[in-house]
Amino acid sequence: MVVDRRARIGLRVLALAYLAALLLVPVGVVFYRTFEHGLGTVWESITTPAAIHAFWLTVRIALIAVPLNTVLGVVTALALVRGRFRGKAVLHAVIDLPFAISPVVIGLALVLVYGRTGWFGGWLADHGVQVIFAVPGMVLATIFVCLPFVVREVEPVLREVGDEQEQAAATLGASRWQTFARVTLPAIRYGIAYGVVLSTARAIGEFGAVSVVSGKIAGQTDTLTLLVENRFQNFDVAGAYAASALLALIALLTLLVMTGLRPRRDQS
Amino acid sequence: MIAVNDVTKRFGDFQALDGVSIRVEDGSLTALLGPSGSGKSTLLRVIAGLEAPDEGTVEIAGRDATAVPAQKRGIGFVFQHYAAFKHMTVRENVAFGLRVRKRPKAEIAAKVSELLRIVGLDGYQSRYPAQLSGGQRQRMALARALAVEPEVLLLDEPFGALDANVRAELREWLRRLHDEVRVTTVLVTHDQEEAMEVADRIVVLNHGRVEQEGAPRELYERPANPFVMGFLGPVSRLGDTLVRPHDLRVHTEPRDGALEAQIARVVHLGFEVRVELELDGGEPLSVQLTRDEAAELELGAGDIVWVARPGVGDASVRTLAA
Repeated sequence: MVVDRRARIGLRVLALAYLAALLLVPVGVVFYRTFEHGLGTVWESITTPAAIHAFWLTVRIALIAVPLNTVLGVVTALALVRGRFRGKAVLHAVIDLPFAISPVVIGLALVLVYGRTGWFGGWLADHGVQVIFAVPGMVLATIFVCLPFVVREVEPVLREVGDEQEQAAATLGASRWQTFARVTLPAIRYGIAYGVVLSTARAIGEFGAVSVVSGKIAGQTDTLTLLVENRFQNFDVAGAYAASALLALIALLTLLVMTGLRPRRDQS
Repeated sequence: MIAVNDVTKRFGDFQALDGVSIRVEDGSLTALLGPSGSGKSTLLRVIAGLEAPDEGTVEIAGRDATAVPAQKRGIGFVFQHYAAFKHMTVRENVAFGLRVRKRPKAEIAAKVSELLRIVGLDGYQSRYPAQLSGGQRQRMALARALAVEPEVLLLDEPFGALDANVRAELREWLRRLHDEVRVTTVLVTHDQEEAMEVADRIVVLNHGRVEQEGAPRELYERPANPFVMGFLGPVSRLGDTLVRPHDLRVHTEPRDGALEAQIARVVHLGFEVRVELELDGGEPLSVQLTRDEAAELELGAGDIVWVARPGVGDASVRTLAA
């Protein structure tokens, strides 16, 4: 398609202005406001016991949710691409549910199922396990919202790679496990890595679902995102900015990792 | 020896194999020849254990292998699109089968070097498949399949994805390799020329059934039916008879039993000259002559000639069943 030069430049300016207004300016302001009064204040506000607790809780939740989702994601993607079973179309649709449903609804649903008066909640409470308003519930919520990432990243790669290499491995005498470990896994490693990076970013940044099931017990069930909201509500604007900047920094790091993971040499 | 007994295979409504039985002798190179959808690839995959037959059995080296998984059949398989392990070097690709068998490192290294020499990939061991040409990739795939010393080598349209000149070169190379290594080989192809050039025996398949089985020359000269005749070479139809265009004789004078025809076109194809004729009823007929024959007859478009059917001894005549 031939586009007139002026129209082309106009479109570019528009696209960049849109990005700037919605993305660059707000993020820039957060960083500006954070460091307005010097590094010292920022350091103080992100090293309070509550902030440190929130940081490690965020990390802990991500460290449980992401590996679990990675393993299950790869297995699910394999089933979706290679498997022949009834209800495959349904499974396909279900995988995308966390994308479609608002995180708040997911949080509420978890409360309904695992809360003290919920389906399993009573039984679990009798056995001394508290899910809702505690860390297990937050992990569950995070797993739920991150569910599709690994599956959706690995699935197209599996499809593209095809199953001929696996068949070749089988004719060469490799067992199923050997075939998976030596042929399938290396072939889909970039897809998995992408999925992990995206899951991690989402796990760290998740607010809605986690907020509902956390109960917001300060110093106990505050993640970084909840800490930001908490401080903002309590008119600690500078503290909220500092925590936001920390979150934004983590997100930037994840993005950098993702860019670095891009295969350098196309081996197709 | 490989024996396939009464194998049937269906994919949904499609009957891929319909009661197929074949024998492949030890040390032979057998081609499974047929058009697409004839079941030739399915048959090969059934022999390999990559597909399970609905009915029938497969024997390899005298043992019933029907229930044996592909991993344990002692086969080597070469795919049309190479199925190279893209994340491994040439050396790692060839070593794969030996590595999963946990053979000693020194043995693997020696075996791989020997195979790379045989397939002519000596200097390429540290390259990745993406850095090889199609022909080189396929030779690597062959070395990989041969590394585990299979009892049977199965090739699924191995040259189908290659350029015509590379294909011709690899065909010849495969034939020499087979004479050197002597492993029982089954090759699937839709190219009759390839089958005739490479194989000792040809099995012609159509619609999931065996049409005929035999040595290449036998099939060409004594085809069992119009399908085999048509698939193995060009045919001309003379009434209810199918003949090879090079078995027809053209005369400039009337003769007993010769049919009158008018020349529509004379096509010079180098050594061979194709004369396109029109019979009395308007039916087209193609005759193949050598350059010298054509020059002697001084044929030109519009000329009237007489075409003789081949003599009784000519074997390439078959009446149409229909």
